[in-house]
Amino acid sequence: MKDSGDYQPYSYFQLMEVSLRELLVEKGIVTEAQVEATVEDMRNRTPERGARVVARAWLDGNFRKKLLEDGTAACEQLGLDVPALRLVVVENTPAVHNMIVCTLCSCYPRMLLGIPPDWYKSRNYRSRAVREPRAVLAEFGLALPEQTKIRVHDSTADMRYLVLPMRPTGTEGWSEERLASIVTRDCMVGVAVPRLD
Amino acid sequence: MVEARFKPGDRVRVRKVYPLGHIRTPYYVRGHSGVIERICGAFGNPEELAQQRSGEPKQPLYRVRFLQKDVWPGYVGNAGDAVEVEIFQHWLE
Repeated sequence: MKDSGDYQPYSYFQLMEVSLRELLVEKGIVTEAQVEATVEDMRNRTPERGARVVARAWLDGNFRKKLLEDGTAACEQLGLDVPALRLVVVENTPAVHNMIVCTLCSCYPRMLLGIPPDWYKSRNYRSRAVREPRAVLAEFGLALPEQTKIRVHDSTADMRYLVLPMRPTGTEGWSEERLASIVTRDCMVGVAVPRLD
Repeated sequence: MVEARFKPGDRVRVRKVYPLGHIRTPYYVRGHSGVIERICGAFGNPEELAQQRSGEPKQPLYRVRFLQKDVWPGYVGNAGDAVEVEIFQHWLE
């Protein structure tokens, strides 16, 4: 921002962030290096992590079973640290489609998907995902048949959710990497399904 | 830790009360009935934690499944469409 040469005064929240950070460093509660390392760690969390988990579950039945029983433990087995909060993985089937929302704020499986998209935090999505999920999914381009049941998961407390999508037909014999490449963030939030096009 | 009073499959109702403070029970399920989907464990009470208190004793946390048609008047969709919400034990009866 500063390297553009155009001086812009700090916004209210930027000023709050700088003031708070400098105060915490000055008081010796955290160091600048710790803050930088944490920011870097957050940047490194991307939906590729979640996609790896999904692809592994598609290939390895035992892993899939464990993932559905205890998402946190299964991710740890892959070397993915899922700190503090518990991961609940919900599986799409021909009969049930799952989608995730946090109606109260913007709880999101950041450890596997990174920073949530703006629409996930919007009042529009948060209020309508529980009230009219079918209409919301249609707006995302996902028209579900009437006979498919929708389960909306509202992340109101200490759990975080990840949707395990169905593996599309036509992916037989694919490697884990290739499978992971079709698992997008939206598939794991449940507003899309993996496609081969 | 407070002992769990409900088990998966139990029918429960969310208390229809409107206290002030940091409440993690959404308005839209208050007063509605659903079924315990699973016990998530026991966690610090967020209403206490938000007041800088200890959150102890930890409260059992459940995932409760509500049928959409029970929650929203005039809901359009499959009769089996559901919404699942995490709710602390002291909100359930």
